[in-house]
Amino acid sequence: MSLLRDTWLQFRRAMWLTLHNPVWVVVGLTQPILYLVLFGPLLNSVSGDGLTPGQAFDIYVPGLMVQLAVFGAAFVGFGLIDEMREGVIERMRVTPSSRLALLLGRAGRDVLILVAQASLLALVAIPFGLSVSLEGLVVVMALLVLMGLLMASISYALALKLRNEDAFAPLLMTVTLPLLLLSGVLLPLTLAPDWLQTIASINPLSHAVDAARALFNGRFGDPSVVPGVVLMAVLALGGVLIGRRAFERMVA
Amino acid sequence: MAHIIETRGLARSFGTGTKAVEAVRGVDLAVADGQVFGFLGPNGAGKTTTLRMLVTLLPPTAGEARVVGHDLRTEPIEVRRRIGYVAQGFSSASGMTGRGELEMQGRLYGMDARTARDRAREVLEQLDLADAADRPARTWSGGMRRRLDVAMGIVHRPALLFLDEPTTGLDPQARAGLWQEITALRGSGTTVFLTTHYLDEADALCDRLAIIDHGRIVAEGTPDELKQRIAGDVVTIGVPDRTDAVLALVVRQPFVREVTRDEHLVRAYVDKGESALPALLRLLDGEGLAPDTLSLARPSLDDVFLRQTGRSLRDAA
Repeated sequence: MSLLRDTWLQFRRAMWLTLHNPVWVVVGLTQPILYLVLFGPLLNSVSGDGLTPGQAFDIYVPGLMVQLAVFGAAFVGFGLIDEMREGVIERMRVTPSSRLALLLGRAGRDVLILVAQASLLALVAIPFGLSVSLEGLVVVMALLVLMGLLMASISYALALKLRNEDAFAPLLMTVTLPLLLLSGVLLPLTLAPDWLQTIASINPLSHAVDAARALFNGRFGDPSVVPGVVLMAVLALGGVLIGRRAFERMVA
Repeated sequence: MAHIIETRGLARSFGTGTKAVEAVRGVDLAVADGQVFGFLGPNGAGKTTTLRMLVTLLPPTAGEARVVGHDLRTEPIEVRRRIGYVAQGFSSASGMTGRGELEMQGRLYGMDARTARDRAREVLEQLDLADAADRPARTWSGGMRRRLDVAMGIVHRPALLFLDEPTTGLDPQARAGLWQEITALRGSGTTVFLTTHYLDEADALCDRLAIIDHGRIVAEGTPDELKQRIAGDVVTIGVPDRTDAVLALVVRQPFVREVTRDEHLVRAYVDKGESALPALLRLLDGEGLAPDTLSLARPSLDDVFLRQTGRSLRDAA
């Protein structure tokens, strides 16, 4: 049994289930557009410091993409709790198929959806004045893939451990909200007081956001780019290992 | 291969130190190839824990087991290839079609797309699910979803199928249908290991039974052996006006273990009711005693269960 084949089977099944739930497809795709249309205009008012509205979007859109990755992928565990309740995960764990594939197939689906949402977001933001190079966008997407893989793996591992929504939901909110606020997704943390910047620098996401902003503005040589990408790659690998352990160990 | 399941001292405890709970305390099992083997026990007796160890979901903390010729600890993947497992409760996603789940299950066992498709069609027909195959499982009845679970358990033609309380929650008709499938599987050479709360189910389906309580096997044998070990059969004879003569006659017979009298009825406790009944009838006839009533009763499995575990299986369920 090859890992690649099993991962593909799991990915295909997960994708099929997602696409056959039209409610999810609509919600998932309108969400980024809502952010852009209903929050974006506020940026025109804060862009007084010599920023044009377009530049404000160059700062905001990469942040919004990271927010999509964190919130979108962090909540995928809910779907897994459903699958556990339906007995699907246990059934698959008794087949000779790879258990890592159970994780990677699902996380692969989550990451693909994330990339679709982020692409749509970029497309819709262009009329608002966003300017981004294709190369910059591609590297940011790669960064989002790593981030999505990290968040989805951790989310699945926690779901396997906690096994029910009542414990899972509050934990997620407690973790993701400060993580997002301290990452500078809404406004750059350069606007923050020193103490807040110090706390934020511990948050790995803040480095990813810095890197994404630099890439969007075509500053490939920016000192934030390489550390941001490497950090996310290492964390994503760690996340996958934790997720794999959870799928192998699961005891009920 | 004489035994498809062989365990020695199989044990599992949860937690550590003083809080450790020994769920299974050394189970020795030998299940012969081709049988339907029933595994009974009250809730919390270690039934499901034992089953989960045998299907590789839970590593044992002690003991050894070989399942379909492979060591449970060192070759779990080889074991998984050869067994099917139908858990308690459903195991299909409500959003998937029956056909989709079955084909996926076949692929998970290594079939190529075409083989999986053909095999899914075959199993859907075998279990009478073909008409609904392309509708999402959430629109299916409970009995149909249960049959889909069984279908997924046998899609790869396992030598050994584990069924954990297969008919719990099913209506009588769906239950009867599933019994037929289990009997048919046995007929095709598949060994079936099942747990159940229903004694009529154990009695009707199983070649052999084991009863587990407090993590240990407390009784094992064929349903008939188990019942005989408890009390033997009871032949009740009614000859209203000559009860004393009947009593005197019956009491002299060497194959009668014990006799009791209840007004006009004489009860003879015997080892094998099916041969004692005609023998008694001949003796009565020889003495010119013509019974008004004559009946043979066997102890139920519930009596066996009650005697072995101190609990009625129905209460335990």
